[in-house]
Amino acid sequence: MPAEPVAVVGIGQTKHVAARRDVSIAGLVREAARRALDDAQLTWADIDAVVIGKAPDFFEGVMMPELYLADALGAVGKPMLRVHTAGSVGGSTALVAANLVAARVHATVLTLAFEKQSESNAMWGLSLPIPFQQPLLAGAGGFFAPHVRAYVRRTGAPDTVGSLVAYKDRRNALKNPYAHLHEHDITLEKVQASPMLWDPIRYSETCPSSDGACAMVLTDRVGAARSPRPPAWMHGGAMRSEPTMFAGKDFVSPQAGKDCAADVYRQAGITDPRREIDAVEMYVPFSWYEPMWLENLGFAAEGEGWKLTESGVTGLDGDLPVNPSGGVLSTNPIGASGMIRFAEAALQVRGQAGEHQVEGARRALGHAYGGGAQFFAMWLVGAEPPAT
Amino acid sequence: MPEVLRAPLVVEFPFTRSLGPVQSAFLTGLRERTVLGVRTGDGRVLVPPVEYDPVTAEELRELVEVHATGTVTTWAWNPAPRSQQPLARPFAWVLVRLDGADTALLHVLDAPGPDAVRTGMRVRVRWAAERTGAITDIACFEPYGSEPAPLPRAHNGSFPRTAAGPAAEAVTGIVAPARLDYTYAPGRAQSDHLAALAERRIVGERCPSCRKIYVPPRGACPTCGVATGEQVEVGPRGTVTTFCIVNIKAKNLDIEVPYVYAHIALDGADLALHGRIGGIPYDEVRMGLRVEPVWHDGARHPDHYRPTGEPDADYDTYKELL
Amino acid sequence: MTRYEAPYGRDIAVVAFAQTCHRRRSDELSEVEMLMPVLHQVLEATGLRTGDIGFTCSGSSDYLAGRAFSFTMALDGVGAWPPISESHVEMDGAWALYEAWVKLLTGQADTALVYAYGKSSPGEVRDVLTRQLDPYYAAPLWPDSVALAALQAQALIDAGEAGEPELAGVAARSRRAAAANPHAQLQGEVPRGEYHVRPLRVSDCPPVGDGAAAVILAAGERARELCGRPAWIRGMDHRIEAHALGVRDLTRSPSTRLAAERAGAFRRPVDTAELHAPFTSQEIVLRRSLDLDDRVRVNPSGGALAANPVMAAGLIRIGEAAARIHRGESDRALAHATSGPCLQQNLVAVLEGEADAR
Repeated sequence: MPAEPVAVVGIGQTKHVAARRDVSIAGLVREAARRALDDAQLTWADIDAVVIGKAPDFFEGVMMPELYLADALGAVGKPMLRVHTAGSVGGSTALVAANLVAARVHATVLTLAFEKQSESNAMWGLSLPIPFQQPLLAGAGGFFAPHVRAYVRRTGAPDTVGSLVAYKDRRNALKNPYAHLHEHDITLEKVQASPMLWDPIRYSETCPSSDGACAMVLTDRVGAARSPRPPAWMHGGAMRSEPTMFAGKDFVSPQAGKDCAADVYRQAGITDPRREIDAVEMYVPFSWYEPMWLENLGFAAEGEGWKLTESGVTGLDGDLPVNPSGGVLSTNPIGASGMIRFAEAALQVRGQAGEHQVEGARRALGHAYGGGAQFFAMWLVGAEPPAT
Repeated sequence: MPEVLRAPLVVEFPFTRSLGPVQSAFLTGLRERTVLGVRTGDGRVLVPPVEYDPVTAEELRELVEVHATGTVTTWAWNPAPRSQQPLARPFAWVLVRLDGADTALLHVLDAPGPDAVRTGMRVRVRWAAERTGAITDIACFEPYGSEPAPLPRAHNGSFPRTAAGPAAEAVTGIVAPARLDYTYAPGRAQSDHLAALAERRIVGERCPSCRKIYVPPRGACPTCGVATGEQVEVGPRGTVTTFCIVNIKAKNLDIEVPYVYAHIALDGADLALHGRIGGIPYDEVRMGLRVEPVWHDGARHPDHYRPTGEPDADYDTYKELL
Repeated sequence: MTRYEAPYGRDIAVVAFAQTCHRRRSDELSEVEMLMPVLHQVLEATGLRTGDIGFTCSGSSDYLAGRAFSFTMALDGVGAWPPISESHVEMDGAWALYEAWVKLLTGQADTALVYAYGKSSPGEVRDVLTRQLDPYYAAPLWPDSVALAALQAQALIDAGEAGEPELAGVAARSRRAAAANPHAQLQGEVPRGEYHVRPLRVSDCPPVGDGAAAVILAAGERARELCGRPAWIRGMDHRIEAHALGVRDLTRSPSTRLAAERAGAFRRPVDTAELHAPFTSQEIVLRRSLDLDDRVRVNPSGGALAANPVMAAGLIRIGEAAARIHRGESDRALAHATSGPCLQQNLVAVLEGEADAR
């Protein structure tokens, strides 16, 4: 029996900000879930199961917070699963939820990811002391900066490419009412003049720390037929993992990312991603990861990704818009960031992306990664149901 | 085999929690020695008040005031309180259904001994002398022989005047300090590696299957999924494969900025380890730079790596290690 | 809305199970060093290599380890190269098995490796588990897991459904059964001991310890190739209850009951049940919710009262039930896993062996 097609019929996000002081953790997730249900015109009773994801529990200081969140998410009496695959978790969570529908275990599933970073401090959560290890760094920027340098060395990309990405994404964010950073006076010069934090990564090329949640309602063909708004259909989805560090690991273009994309394209029948995909929401926490992922995901030949960025192809008006929402560079509730990519891709093919809509988007890729560039989760969504 | 290493690991943070409207009203109420509940659509009164109905998932906002007296619905005698629990002397954990409420609140009961506690006993709140707007504003419950006073009263959740004076600010957040103590043990492979470091030797382990040498070793070859064991000394010299210049000072990290954080492929190792580069201006560090460790007395790890003075390694010799 | 009664598209079975010898401490082993041997055992039992596995899923907890992203290092033991299709739940491994089962049901994979591990020895597990509670009203009081279970036990006693002799009976039977389980941490006669938190005595509580477990799932014909007598998963479901203890009837486990109904547990009697009941009183609650009478062998492994490596103990229940089917000691078994304070969340799987395959 072929798998059941999966449709996205509801999407909800909170307005992402540095600190949501007006809500509890439950209030935050509830807001996104409620908006997703409203979008789908469904009630709590229509939901068969809840799949929730977030990054490390230490960020909020609550172990397995889904236990406490069951009431707020209408999960009482229902199945509730909690996924954690590091930074890719938002994407993985959506895929786990999608599989429940694809396997016909459930008809309609609520999936949600969140992070309320203001409860602690990401720097602390990411840098818990480990005895006997030499503390050399704090935070993720220093971890990824050497890989950016390796990319620049390998490709000969001009120094300015990173700032072009940051400028573009922050401009895109101005068109997205849910984005955290709305820097109305941003200029390319300001990006290029911002302090160098982890050379070659500048302050303006790094992601913020956000409180936010994102939710989606996934359903089967019957559910999609009742959807008040156009659904987004899942055409392919995959996860791939490789070890954190190993002899022969390519940190610049990890094999797991290539394999994951290839699997998704195979499922979706995509042979030329550059031509056949209309919009991409990729996980770019540091600006240089846009050209790096363009190559890793097969949109550009090795060493050529930066040329797409430099020539404006990835701009909102380019022919392969990347992160029309403003991306992780403008919004980063860590555990939710992957799901926001997936949801924004779905918004594009539903024609519901508002001011940051890519005209005529029919197929879009959502991408997330995490850990030491080792965990990947992606899906490809389309405006039409998949051919079965 | 060297001794297994262990060290204390403290995970501690004062979490700052915003409350949302219902929890804010409840904790503000406790500060003002008033217990609030919330009424559900079908008329039940939940104490402590939650934001969402546990049965229907509906949002709850209708506050009511209940009594500071109630009935124990179950209990458990704790003869050996743990350090962060509310009372230092033996006490009973209790679920208490306050008069006017339909559900029970988890807290502690101060009683002389287990024989003084039973399900169904009447108790009342003992308020903390200093109250800040937290669940611990209820210091504990205490036995109190009274008749049940069942009816809750409507409450708008605001406390315009208090015993202490007018216009009390609502409690909108709490700071929840949490400390957990662990004993960290890095395991066999890392213990061996650390023991060698104490002798200023850098020892990796070879995978019996792919023959790659891992340093620092973590006990398994991550690509083959088999145990490593054969110890191989590597370095001490190596090549900077890539790096970044760190310009922001991290809290709790006693390193002056700017400094260079580098990936260093030690001679003989099959992947790079991470270290700091010194003995050279930060802006002169480059990929391919040949370096060696510099050890300081009393430190387990090399303090940093410095240039050896050898010619830079050719890119092709280390590009596979990037 | 939900098609629970629809036949699943594929038959999926547990074809191999392995676990560590669970111990109070394992300081000489890192998590991956502890885990790797059980991964090797299930692979050897089936003749599979990592590269043959279609999907891998694990369960573990950062809070238990005291380290963020602790599961990333455990992946070293799998040999995830070339890259693998893989996921992780911050839950007991039983839920990792559930995720893998769903993945196989979609047809995207034919085999799955599921593993879970937990070291309780680095921290104080009673304190660590307090961090699971609602962070505004409950967690600031640091009510530990034994205290909460004791509140539940007293409720059971007050309801006249158990007394201390019944609790003692569960404890004694579990540890007696564990004498035949070489992996158990506590075996044979265990003194009742003092009250830990009254009414629970030391022997009513699980041992604290470290351990890991692994399972291989396979679909259809693949399962028959890999195992002489596969333990077919006839149904599996899990349900969660409200979080606060004060809104629940602690003497019942409605989520267990509902999960069992959805998993088809009541269609025919089971001969064996592996219940994840860390406390003696919880076994009594579960037996009532599952209508298990004396004809059912409950926890022949000794259950969580004999070894309770947190995050793996639920997966071990499924593994133990499956292993009895593999060995021909059971034809139809129920396996249960729990998570959260006082049985808040529960999973039930129904496993069967085929008569002609014995």
